[in-house]
Amino acid sequence: MDNQTKIHIKNLNLHIGKQQILKDINVQIPKNKITVILGPSGCGKTTLLKSLNRLTDIYPDIKVEGSIEIDGQDILKVKKRDVTDIRKKMGLLSQRPYPLPMSIYKNITYGLKISGRRRKRFLNKRVEHYLKQASLWDEVKDRLKDPASALSIGQQQRLCLARGLAVDPEIILADEPTSALDPVSSQAIEEKFVELKERYTIVMVTHVLRQARRIADHVVFMYLGEVVEQGSAEEVFGNPKEERTKAYLRGAFN
Amino acid sequence: MKRFFKINRKIRNTFHKRWMLLSLIVVIAMPIVLGVGLYLKSAMLLEQTSLIKLLFSKEWKPMQGLFGLWPFIVSSLWVTILALLIAGPICLLAAIYMTQYTKKYFLRMMHPVIDILAGIPSVVYGVWGVIFVVPLVSNHLAPFFNTQSSGYSILTGAIVLAVMIIPFILNILIEVFRNIPDQLTEASLSLGATHWETVKHVLVRKAFPGIVSAFGLGISRAFGETIAVLMVVGNVTQIPKGIFQPGYPLPALIANNYGEMLSIPLYDSALMLSALVLFVVVLLFNFASRMAIIKLERHT
Repeated sequence: MDNQTKIHIKNLNLHIGKQQILKDINVQIPKNKITVILGPSGCGKTTLLKSLNRLTDIYPDIKVEGSIEIDGQDILKVKKRDVTDIRKKMGLLSQRPYPLPMSIYKNITYGLKISGRRRKRFLNKRVEHYLKQASLWDEVKDRLKDPASALSIGQQQRLCLARGLAVDPEIILADEPTSALDPVSSQAIEEKFVELKERYTIVMVTHVLRQARRIADHVVFMYLGEVVEQGSAEEVFGNPKEERTKAYLRGAFN
Repeated sequence: MKRFFKINRKIRNTFHKRWMLLSLIVVIAMPIVLGVGLYLKSAMLLEQTSLIKLLFSKEWKPMQGLFGLWPFIVSSLWVTILALLIAGPICLLAAIYMTQYTKKYFLRMMHPVIDILAGIPSVVYGVWGVIFVVPLVSNHLAPFFNTQSSGYSILTGAIVLAVMIIPFILNILIEVFRNIPDQLTEASLSLGATHWETVKHVLVRKAFPGIVSAFGLGISRAFGETIAVLMVVGNVTQIPKGIFQPGYPLPALIANNYGEMLSIPLYDSALMLSALVLFVVVLLFNFASRMAIIKLERHT
């Protein structure tokens, strides 16, 4: 494998109970790029994203086979008790923001405290740094002790981004991160992603074609649990090879 | 004809609406009627002795006209609190395990089992207590703690009561934990937390208002439970000095004595007063746990 590939998924199959959700997935995700996983609802995009940081572990009904290599290490072979080390490499942004039931400040320090960083000054600095990175600092600096649930949805999503960045990941996983947000907040998140890709590898799931066109460097098109086509954004959008991709780009199904 | 039919429909509509309203009023009025009734019945005693004195006096000597309820109140508190201390942690851990660590079909299977436990008549629990828990306490638990006990004790009552309130608390807690979105768990895990850290720092905190209400309702139920406790608690009028001593909770007092010895003046009134105390305590507890939920939900 070359240096440009961050995540390499090989022959991944995933079942929930007796139902097969992902069928023989082979995907390469390039480093420091925004990779968009595109496809209609219910095609397994979110499940694929969750298997990347082994969140599938917590659902006893899910069975995963195959391999997912991150920097050459097969994360599906990692022992259960070491799985937190893998997850720390990845920040997750879900469809709707789910702030932890605690204060704004504690939402950011949660991951740090769990990794054993407890010095007050260090934590204060980190909180400020990452809230600034998520463009939230100015709005919340006077009320860091307030519950995170008091923020607006858009603010909450940026808080979730800041909280994810605070554990110093290498990869950002985003599952339709703007679907619950208003246009202004959505734009803020998109702009943030373009800015962040210099330092992070970003994998974003979306079913909004326009959004994919706006920010994708690399595209993986999925349909009914299979990867139909993948490649650079110019290739897939400019010159799609598969019939199903063409149909989707025309807007034939959603 | 058509017109008549139409009017008829409208009258029926109004009629049925009234009828439903009446049913609602009956439901709402019931506790008020009950409370007022109990008060009127106990008023005779309250005219003679002050409420504070009745509640906190240790002397229960009906023949001499002394009706101190303190031994019964203390017994009730002991049994209830101890039952919650036993049942609470068990329910909490079981609910977390069932909702977070097992396959979905397991929870579906457990639901009817829990419902069956909740539906067993309390007298059956009482019999089980007499046959099983009483010897357990007198032959094993009491010697283990270097004391003696007949087995008919506060602890026995609490154990039986704990088993009885477990299905109620458990059912509420399962609902509470199931309503926490999986994405919250995922968020915590993705930040590098272990499953246990997630449970401890995030899920329990998120569920806290629900846990308070589940325990509150459990207490209300335990406080009023009568027959099963009465069968195993010993029913000795005294202030219990330890959990291996017998006690005499309020509901048992009423159940054992109402209808007998009514020739003693004011006895009837004293029992009504203890019923009123029971009623008010349960009411206050329900109210308090609901208020706690509302307050806590605003803060998380």
